[in-house]
Amino acid sequence: MDTASPVVLNLSSALPEVVLFLSGLVLLVVGALREGEGAKGLSPFAVLVLLVVAAMILGGGQTAMVSLGGHFIFDGFAAFTKVVILVAAALSLLLARDYLIDEKVDRFEFPLLVLFAALGMCMMVSANSFIALYMGLELQSLAIYVLAAFQRDTLRSSEAGLKYFVLGSLASGMLLYGCSLVYGFTGTLRFDTLAAGFAIQGERGIDLQIGALVGLTFVAAGLAFKMAAVPFHMWTPDVYEGAPTPVTAFMASAPKVAAIALTLRVLMQPFGEWTDEWRQIVVFISVASMILGAFAAIGQTNFKRLMAYSGIGHVGYALIGLAAGTAGGIYGVLIYLVIYVAMTLGTFACIMMMRRGGRYVETIGDLSGLSTRQPMMALALAVFMFSLAGIPPLAGFFGKLYVFMAAVDAGLVPLAVIGVVTSVVGAYYYLRIVKVMYFDEPTEAFDGPNGLGLRLVAAGTAVFTVAFILLPGPFLNAAQNAAAALMTTP
Amino acid sequence: MDTAIPLSHYLALGAVVFTIGIFGVFLNRKNVIIILMSIELILLAVNINFVAFSAYLGDIAGQVFTMFILTVAAGEAAIGLAILVVYFRNRGNIQVDEINMMRG
Repeated sequence: MDTASPVVLNLSSALPEVVLFLSGLVLLVVGALREGEGAKGLSPFAVLVLLVVAAMILGGGQTAMVSLGGHFIFDGFAAFTKVVILVAAALSLLLARDYLIDEKVDRFEFPLLVLFAALGMCMMVSANSFIALYMGLELQSLAIYVLAAFQRDTLRSSEAGLKYFVLGSLASGMLLYGCSLVYGFTGTLRFDTLAAGFAIQGERGIDLQIGALVGLTFVAAGLAFKMAAVPFHMWTPDVYEGAPTPVTAFMASAPKVAAIALTLRVLMQPFGEWTDEWRQIVVFISVASMILGAFAAIGQTNFKRLMAYSGIGHVGYALIGLAAGTAGGIYGVLIYLVIYVAMTLGTFACIMMMRRGGRYVETIGDLSGLSTRQPMMALALAVFMFSLAGIPPLAGFFGKLYVFMAAVDAGLVPLAVIGVVTSVVGAYYYLRIVKVMYFDEPTEAFDGPNGLGLRLVAAGTAVFTVAFILLPGPFLNAAQNAAAALMTTP
Repeated sequence: MDTAIPLSHYLALGAVVFTIGIFGVFLNRKNVIIILMSIELILLAVNINFVAFSAYLGDIAGQVFTMFILTVAAGEAAIGLAILVVYFRNRGNIQVDEINMMRG
């Protein structure tokens, strides 16, 4: 094993992160000097930085490179997920502008916290050791704890922040305990060294040490919390409901991608040798999440709370691909994540258009008869609901199709069947929203007109959802390369 | 080195402190500050584990990780207390069983 490799501080592969970090610092100084202006002045620059960094990654090469003393890895998989994360963060910032002004929480810290959370997520998906994993995860979490409590004069937001903080730090503690056990029983913190060691161990027919297995279970529990999967989902509905809506939109998109991508890397690269050991954990989490997501959402009246349960269910579907443990499965997960992010951000854009008399409303009953008053908004929301339910020919159907196909190919037919059944149950509450919009008595109209950012995001994601069937090529190719990059150990 | 405390003692201590921390978070019905203390306990249990393993393996990486955990724990405590102060201003108390505005 190559434990004594020379310290390589090659920053070029971490250039996107460096740019993100330095821009964050510059914007922080600018924001502090021009405090009176609030987020209005900084948000466009933060969006620009996020998109420029995403373009840098898209334009750069995708050869796998290990740097920063072996703790940081850049490969096709990291590149793909980073672009998704950065674009999702940029879209969340676009969504946030009007909400922040209307709710009088237009402070310059908002875009900065999103920027630093995005930096943390980029570090997570590029982690090549448990230290890097933990630092990235904490940078992301700490920024989002603050964001959840951002509307600090309301009880709801501060309660959401407090709950998220307590349960989030508990999860970090469990993850760390798992890291310490894995370290103690294997003697290394680096993923590539772990993978090499396990490969030798597997060849000689030695089982995984029980201590390392317990450690892996703790790590999986911590990661399951971060991606809001059952049985570590209990914070999700409360936090999603209480947090300011743009923050909920952000939490439901980018951090979920980062947490799932990190889980993929940890399970496929260092623990790739022990697929049979961790598969049962992933299958359990996946099945429990799908079932809870399908049934618990049925009785919800608050739209944000419903989206929380919906998100739990979708994590379950994405994990089907991981349970397959093949390149096809990883490919399915990545496609699923892209489509899920688009649908979720679009839905939240519609939720933020629900404004009556200058106040934001968020119950499903408020949507009653929307089709006669705001037909375009009703159409967009109907597209997202049909897509979340997985009805062809919308994008959501293809996301499910690829993960189910991977599960069947890997011989996990029962898992795919449970997925299909829970999709049908879940379709009930998505279609109920469509029914409320199109067939119920109209109530008072929502305020108009909506801001440009909201309309842009809603229209863009709706077009993506509808047109995915026409132009899937580039996405599928990129996801295929990313999955292939994850499967080849560097 | 025969008189040295064996690794298992450190691991048992770490496990006990970790368990106390977990129970402190879930069984405590009184005060949020106690939850924050329990979280610190969990992180310290992890540190004990890392330092013990690091000394046992003769590998410095575990102690480096401990430094990172200590630093992050300080930041985490600062943010936690800040959120708690904000919550107290809105709610007027920090009783655990009264953090129940959102249910369902």
